[in-house]
Amino acid sequence: MMTTFNSALPGADDIYREVLPNGITVITRSNFNSPSVVVNGYFEAGALFDPDEKLGLAEYTVHALMRGTKKRSFDKIYNELESVGASLGFNTSVHKSGFNGRSLVEDLPLLLDLLSEALIAPTFPKTEMEKLRAQLLTGLDVRAQDTSDMASMIFDQILFKDHPYSRPEDGYHETIRTIQRSDLVKFHREHYGPRGMVIAIVGAVQPEEAIRQVKRALGGWQVKGQKEAPELPTLKLLKSTVRKHHRIPGKSQSDLVIGTNGPKRRDPEFMSASIGNNILGQFGMMGRIGDVVREKSGMAYYAYSSLSAGLGPGSWEVSAGVNPENVKKASDLIVNELKRFVQEGVTVDELAETKANFVGRVPLTLESNGGVANALLNIERHDLGLDYYRRYEGLVNEVSQDHVLNTARKFINPDKLAIAVAGR
Amino acid sequence: MKNTLTQTTLSNGLKVLLKEIHTAPIISSWLWYRVGSRDEVQGRTGVSHWVEHMQFKGTPQFPANILDKAISREGGTWNAFTYIDWTAYFETMPADKMDLALRLESDRMLNSRFDASEVASERTVIISEREGNENEPLFILGEAIQQTAFRVHPYHHEVIGDMADLHSMTRDDLYDHYRAFYVPNNAVMAVAGDFDTQSMLARIKELFEPVSAGNEPVRLAREEPPQNGEVRLSVEGPGATSYVQVCYRFPSASHPDFFPLSVLDSLLAGPSNLNMFSGGISNKTSRLYRALVDKEFVVSVHGGAQATIDPFLYTITMTIHPRRKPEEALAALDQEIRRVKAEKVMKEEITRAIKQARALFAYGSENITNQGFWLGYAEMFADYNWFETYLEKLSAVTAKDIQRVANEYFQPQSRVVGTYIPAQGVGV
Repeated sequence: MMTTFNSALPGADDIYREVLPNGITVITRSNFNSPSVVVNGYFEAGALFDPDEKLGLAEYTVHALMRGTKKRSFDKIYNELESVGASLGFNTSVHKSGFNGRSLVEDLPLLLDLLSEALIAPTFPKTEMEKLRAQLLTGLDVRAQDTSDMASMIFDQILFKDHPYSRPEDGYHETIRTIQRSDLVKFHREHYGPRGMVIAIVGAVQPEEAIRQVKRALGGWQVKGQKEAPELPTLKLLKSTVRKHHRIPGKSQSDLVIGTNGPKRRDPEFMSASIGNNILGQFGMMGRIGDVVREKSGMAYYAYSSLSAGLGPGSWEVSAGVNPENVKKASDLIVNELKRFVQEGVTVDELAETKANFVGRVPLTLESNGGVANALLNIERHDLGLDYYRRYEGLVNEVSQDHVLNTARKFINPDKLAIAVAGR
Repeated sequence: MKNTLTQTTLSNGLKVLLKEIHTAPIISSWLWYRVGSRDEVQGRTGVSHWVEHMQFKGTPQFPANILDKAISREGGTWNAFTYIDWTAYFETMPADKMDLALRLESDRMLNSRFDASEVASERTVIISEREGNENEPLFILGEAIQQTAFRVHPYHHEVIGDMADLHSMTRDDLYDHYRAFYVPNNAVMAVAGDFDTQSMLARIKELFEPVSAGNEPVRLAREEPPQNGEVRLSVEGPGATSYVQVCYRFPSASHPDFFPLSVLDSLLAGPSNLNMFSGGISNKTSRLYRALVDKEFVVSVHGGAQATIDPFLYTITMTIHPRRKPEEALAALDQEIRRVKAEKVMKEEITRAIKQARALFAYGSENITNQGFWLGYAEMFADYNWFETYLEKLSAVTAKDIQRVANEYFQPQSRVVGTYIPAQGVGV
């Protein structure tokens, strides 16, 4: 017995979506193969709301949500969760904050109760705030020693100069030190609420039951005056290549990030950029970049390109870890590949291979409940339509060599790159 | 739906495990070789890992660069891992494309070229991989601890190997290692997913049986002698954060004490997840979190139990609080270790550890790649039955067992304590 390809992909007939009266969107799909369930989602309280002098506030707040609620202490919350092998964690990105939870299906009500308490009624106990502060500051100490993290941070500072995207969500030592408990309370009061919140539930539960559970736990949440996100300023594009080398003494490897702006997720060029990027630095052993930097010159264990496309302007970047002596050589090789990419585009064969890869790998990305939940959130966040994964093959096959070339030329100018290096 | 498991051994000694799972049109194939850094002598440390890299460099039938593209083109994913005890290669593919992966694996069991120029270029890639590892404080510390804990047994070096050997090993060193260990009678083929067992088995026979059995690989037999007293060491490196690792000697995974120790690990530090592809859970109500993180001696603590062929290490890793000294954290840890030796744990703590293990198993079962992983993994240090009866064995653990193993294995005189001292100074 073989399972058919299309029946395994999510579509309008097996995704169930409902918007609750308070604005929460619930999107769910059943999977009874394993007795487990995933609850992932996001809400509108991202780092975009952070004042510059309190950068890291959104992140501090999400980490503090489970440090105590009106009903339960920190220890009690985690005791309930961990005793049943469940987990629930929060995270922050620029536009949104999010959560990832999972449990055995019998514990779904508990998981949603804890999610609800953390979102609606956190108490931010003072002693817990200080413990958390020490952990966040240690995290920043570790970041300062991580060549890859620091190269990415410097890259964003160059590429998104004077734009909120230049700011690291986890802040800086000086900003984390100034944040007070009252800041968290205020941030929570002003920015947490059901409007704009999306919950995806995937696992061994019927859709009606999943929706009923969410209604029970979060349907009554009402917030007046939940603030709108600020408008993004216009991004100033680079006028010439900008290089920065961030010194971290004593490191045996340096990391470099070279790149430029990329499309938004909803831009018409997204698919052609995505296919182009795969050829440039993903396909097989890290695409053309991997071939030149790793396979032919043996200079790096990893050298690849990536596209980061979200609600606002994206980035298109090449990353590599190399011996400090080889930074210049590797950087030249990468810039040459970018030149070749915008001059020659991609070949017929390369395009065909990548299309086959894109279409073929879909079932693999949807293997686990977490994979499906993230696909559902992706559909919701970018308004892709419930049939997106069934239409996907057609969308991929529409892309031509010219599309890829025009998109590459639109975004990548090899004379206007951001080049960030972190290491010795 | 009942998932059927088939186990058989081919005429050339290749063990085959097949498990039909018809939940998605995916198949995951895992080929495991019984070779790892435990099979390496000084001068050739890192050879197993380097051989694994060379397995991606082509055969006459599938030249370098063709292989990875072929897998990607079909929408598959593949990778390989080298560990102290084993080397594993996996492909997860759309079900109708699986044949490509089977052809590749049967071909490179015998026909990899180990071209000299490819060896040369891979040498610098692996050196770069090691340099990346050396950027990490916990790699530097872990390496120092391992070489201290194992003076005689070949577990004494890191899988990636010593830099000196990465510079000096030759193409023939690599090729000899390949020929000695990559024989069907030293391998296990495990396939899980959307296939029909009879036709899958027939195809595996057709592809793999032409590969002749080889000599039984020669193993190093250098048992680690007992340690006579606690060893403390320190390494220094860049940064502002101190780390302490405390390593106790743990039995092999096939030893009956492995199970009470797994429960003990779970209640001390949160459950170690043996699943490769499904993450773990938090440990904020484990005993060590409450005693060390809550009390602000450290900012994080983790325990790591590993399933190995020979006795290895149980490692407790602490990231020291910026206002504390490593000795203070160690003293607080020792108090908890003394407690678990002196007092019986509560029955509820055991029940909890078992439920945690059950949940982690359920998460791992969502994923066909992970199911494929488990089929062969347990064969490397025990057999598939070890995996199937894991929860049962955990359930049989009593508070008395836990106290006994705590006293037997958490002995100060056989532990190694390592401290990473940051260049920017310890504590304030």
